[in-house]
Amino acid sequence: MIRALRVSGVVVPLAVALALPLLLSGFRLFQFTQVFIYAIALLGLNLLTGYNGQFSLGHSAFYALGAYTTAIMMDRWSIDYGWTLPVAAVLCFVVGFLFGIPALRLEGLYLALATFALALSVPQILKYFDGWTGGSQGIVLNKPGPPAFVLSALPPATRLKVNADQWLYLVALATLVLLFAMARNLLARRTGRALVAIRDNPIAAASMGIDTSLYKSLTFGVSAAYVGVAGALSALAVAFVAPDTFNVFLSITFLVGIVVGGLASISGAIFGGLFIQFVPNWAQDISKAAPWAINGVFLIVFMYVMPRGIAGSLRMLMARLARGAAGTGLTR
Amino acid sequence: MDILLQQIVSGLATGGIYGSVALALVMIHEATGVVNYAQGEMAMFSTYLAWSMLNAGAPYWLAFFATLVIAFVGGLVIERVVIRPVEGGSILTIVIVCIGLLFILNSMAGWIYSYIQKPFPSPFSDKPLRIGNVYFGAHDVGALGVTLIMLFGLYAFFRFTTLGLAMRAAAQNPTSSRLCGIRVGWMLALGWGLAALVGAVAGMMVAPIVFLDPNMMSGILIYAFASATLGGFTSPGGAVLGGLIVGVIENLAGTYVRFIGTELKLTVALAVILVVLLVRPSGLFGRAAVHRV
Repeated sequence: MIRALRVSGVVVPLAVALALPLLLSGFRLFQFTQVFIYAIALLGLNLLTGYNGQFSLGHSAFYALGAYTTAIMMDRWSIDYGWTLPVAAVLCFVVGFLFGIPALRLEGLYLALATFALALSVPQILKYFDGWTGGSQGIVLNKPGPPAFVLSALPPATRLKVNADQWLYLVALATLVLLFAMARNLLARRTGRALVAIRDNPIAAASMGIDTSLYKSLTFGVSAAYVGVAGALSALAVAFVAPDTFNVFLSITFLVGIVVGGLASISGAIFGGLFIQFVPNWAQDISKAAPWAINGVFLIVFMYVMPRGIAGSLRMLMARLARGAAGTGLTR
Repeated sequence: MDILLQQIVSGLATGGIYGSVALALVMIHEATGVVNYAQGEMAMFSTYLAWSMLNAGAPYWLAFFATLVIAFVGGLVIERVVIRPVEGGSILTIVIVCIGLLFILNSMAGWIYSYIQKPFPSPFSDKPLRIGNVYFGAHDVGALGVTLIMLFGLYAFFRFTTLGLAMRAAAQNPTSSRLCGIRVGWMLALGWGLAALVGAVAGMMVAPIVFLDPNMMSGILIYAFASATLGGFTSPGGAVLGGLIVGVIENLAGTYVRFIGTELKLTVALAVILVVLLVRPSGLFGRAAVHRV
């Protein structure tokens, strides 16, 4: 019963996701591409905050780094976009790892503070190196369409119908599935248990022989790499990068996403992505100030009543249902 | 030489503002162990209340003190209603709630008062004071003076009154304090009230310089973080001094270091925070945190 629920929990959403490009078009599809991109970033941040207990309000910096890596490689050096994703991942991993080393010495509040300052200074830094980044004008990119080998594999009648938006949607979906599988494997083994142990009790973890410094820096690096890939994909999907989109609000949007989706939960990233893509849009219709007021209220309310987010609450609900189904005839 | 002196003086003036917001941050940190991310927005909101009163025709000092009372009560209520339920929760929870508060206050101000900048009057004369070839803005000197008065007032309160002693005890060892009959919960609420009051003063002193708008504190907040980090999160005097130092560093770096200019000013704050945290995490005058294993 539980196994069936679990399998269908993966298969059904995936089938829906694959069917979407046939049902939606243009802007709607782009919004879902954006949901996948956010979900990748949220998973990255969740590895750090949810599983490892380190705080970051500065992940917009890594999102920006990934986006600008792709933009500069494509625009300045005319490199194919496919190569820019791994480069963005590696670059962000290295930078995140290096930032993680001093961050090790900072606990909780101070880490939040240092990363908060990082997020605030990113737009300024981007504008400063305008020779590379195009300053506040940003860089305009061409949306890449499906490559020739994919087109030639399709039946001729449908060839013309696959546009750049649909292709990018599939690229984002494939990246999402790959990165989710990797995160799941990482967390299901030794490494995952070490991360959670460090979060729950660093001293006990260290005395069990876990190299806490190494694991914490590595987690920072991996988390930055995830967010960097998300940033790179967003540069492709939006086909434009500009410094002011990577402000501190983006970092806090990610934070809202993981809190609403569910801390320390892989599937929570999807719920979080849906939330931060669609809810502020609806709120915008009420008032210009409403989206952030609503985000603020959601942050506080979730902390009070659903501290484990949507994913955690769903899991509890399912566990209760499963117990109800299996528990008949058994006495505990 | 005159330029240098002039830059140092104006650095001290802005530094006084950073120092007073930093003071409010340190107050809450000392009284409750929380770094309040909503501090800047609380100050901004109080300043809007003062503006409403002034706009309705109230004399300046009446509006000033009325705002202090409202801010104090507001801080108290926020602690009781919003922070109380997550007290003793993980740092993650508290920071998230503070950030939620930040956005609610910011959006509420934008909703009620719009995002258009408003001028805010200064209580001090607009004629600059001149000593030698160096000019002091009267408002800058006044604001610095107000910050220092506030600092000494708080020092005296914590050092010489029973209530101040009770608050310090409640922050340091809640269990023993409770056994001595101190109402720890109320001491925490009082800490938030006082910090809101200090923030309101800072807001009303900074508004004549930067103009009043819902986002006026976001830059100042990060400098205040840098100041509090530099002075030490456990030392109110250090926070004010840290503010003055950060103000001067910011001004001198902006004037004399070519590649910084005005464009990388926020990055200076980031650099100060990172360097202090790496070299001397407890700040210049702070106590190092000790954990019992």
